[in-house]
Amino acid sequence: MGHIVVNSISKEYQNRRKQVRPGDSSGNSYSDTLPVLDNINLEFGDGEMVCILGPSGCGKSTLLRIIAGFESATSGYVTIDKQRVEQPSSDNIFVFQSNGLLPWMTVWENIELGTRNLPDLQSRVEKVAEQIEIVELEGFEHHYPYQLSGGMQRRAELARALAINPNVMIMDEPFSGLDFLTHMKMREEVVNMHSFTGKTTLVVTHDIDDALIMGDRIIVLDGRPARVQLNHELDFPRPRDFQKLPELNKLRQQIFLMQGVSYAV
Amino acid sequence: MPSENQKIPGLSRIWYDCRPFVCTGVVFVGLLLVWELLARFSGWSSQVFPGPMPVFVSLGELIADGTLLKHTIASLFRITIGFYLAVLLGLPLGIFLGRHKTFNALFNPIIQFLKPISPIAWIPLAMLWFGIGDKPAIFLIFLSSFFPLVVSTTISVSSINPVFFQVAANFNFSRLEIITKIIVPAILPATITAFRISLSIAWLVVVAAEMIAVHSGLGYLILDSRNALRMDYVMAGMIVIGIIGLLLDFIMWRIGQLESTSWYSFENR
Repeated sequence: MGHIVVNSISKEYQNRRKQVRPGDSSGNSYSDTLPVLDNINLEFGDGEMVCILGPSGCGKSTLLRIIAGFESATSGYVTIDKQRVEQPSSDNIFVFQSNGLLPWMTVWENIELGTRNLPDLQSRVEKVAEQIEIVELEGFEHHYPYQLSGGMQRRAELARALAINPNVMIMDEPFSGLDFLTHMKMREEVVNMHSFTGKTTLVVTHDIDDALIMGDRIIVLDGRPARVQLNHELDFPRPRDFQKLPELNKLRQQIFLMQGVSYAV
Repeated sequence: MPSENQKIPGLSRIWYDCRPFVCTGVVFVGLLLVWELLARFSGWSSQVFPGPMPVFVSLGELIADGTLLKHTIASLFRITIGFYLAVLLGLPLGIFLGRHKTFNALFNPIIQFLKPISPIAWIPLAMLWFGIGDKPAIFLIFLSSFFPLVVSTTISVSSINPVFFQVAANFNFSRLEIITKIIVPAILPATITAFRISLSIAWLVVVAAEMIAVHSGLGYLILDSRNALRMDYVMAGMIVIGIIGLLLDFIMWRIGQLESTSWYSFENR
C-alpha cells in the first residue's frame, strides 16, 4: 500500500492583481497566470522514503498539497494505489509545517483524532496510550499544544498521524523552526518511524543533508515553474555518514552545485 | 506571580495581596465624600440633589418593600430573553456568513448599514409593531446585541487558520464535527469577548427601552420616580443599574477565564 504515481502534473496560479502591460497605453489590464509546476512525472514505490528538495518558493509544497488532495492540479493527475486523488482522505495524512495540532485540544484529544476509525472506546484508549508511549510524551497527555516545546508538538502531531494508520505520510518541512539538536533528534525519529512502520513517506525539505541522510530517493526540483531536475535513488545503509560514503558525498557536492553553491563543506 | 509573592515577607505581603481592594475602597469612600460635600454645598435642595445618606435610606426602603426586586427581575428577564434570542440567531448566521464568502458579500452591507442605527431609534416602530409590554423591550435588546454578534462571529470564523480545516478534511470530519470541533472552539474566546461587549450594550438599552414601552423594570422605576419628583429613588435606581451591570460584566469575564479558552491568550502572544 502506498504506491504513488504523479502523472504530468502542472499547476498555474491566477494572479489576482491585474497588471498593465508595459508599453500599452490603452489602459487595459490583463490578469496573468503564474506557473508553479510544469509537467511533473514521478513514481514512488510502496514504503519508500522520498525527500523532495528545492529552493524556497519553487512549488514543492504545492506538489505535496496536490498529492494530499488539498489542491487540484491545473492538468495531470495523481493516483495512490491506482485510486485517483480528488480530495483529502485519512489514507494520506499531511503533517503540517507547524500548528497542525488543534490548539483547543489536549495532546490526548489531538491524538484521539487519529483513532477515529477504531470501532470501540477500549481500543481507542489503548491506541492513544500506545502512540503517546511511542513518541515519549507520557505525562503530557493533558497538556495543551502551547504548553509543549516545538519538538514535542511535532512528535504529538506525528503520533496523531501514525495513529490513524495511513498508507502515506506527507510531511511539509517537518523540521522547520526547530533548534539544531531538536532538528537532529526529530530527523532520527522520522527515520526510525519510517523503518519501523514501512509507510510511504514524502518529505519536503530545503535542507540537502536532511534529504541525503533520510531518503531512499531524492527528488530535486528547480525554480519556477518547477521541473524535476534530479530523481536519484539513494541505496546507502543507514545511519549515513558523508565521510565514510564518498559516493554520497559526491552527490551532495553535485546537488549543492545545482543549487548554485560552489564551496559546500 | 506566586514566586514573586513568596519573596515579600509578613506585613508587606498582606499589603501586596490587599492593595487592589484597599485602593478601590479608598477611591469609593472618597467618591461618597465628594458626593456628600457637593450635595451639602451646592445650594440645591435635597429634593433636587440628594446626598448619599438619603439615597441609601431610600434604597433600603425599595429593597424592604420588594419594589426593587420586582423591577430588577423584570429587567433581567427582558435582557435574558433578548440576549439569548440574539445569540441563538446571531451566532449561526455569523458562522454561516463566515464560511460562505458569497453570502457574506450579499448580506454584509445590509448588516453593516443596520448596525450603527441606535436601538433607541427603533422605539417608535417597536411600539407600533409590538404594542406595550415586554415584547418591544425584548425586541430592542435583541437588536442591540444581534448585529454586533453577527459581525464579530463572521470575522472570527473567516479568520480561523485554514490549516485547521485541512486537518479536519484529512481526518474525515463530518460537517457537524467541523462546526463542533473546529469552528466553535476556535471562535469561543473571541465570541465570549463579543458577548461581554454586547451584553453591556444590551444593559444600556434595557433601561432606555423600559422608560418608554413598559410599566416595570429599573428604567421604569427611574422614570416613575422622576414623575413623583423622588430624586432619591432615581439615584437608588441608578446605583442598582450600575451594580448589576458590573455583575453581568464580571460573570462574562469569569466565563472568559475558563480552561477551554486558555489556549487562546498563548496562541496570540
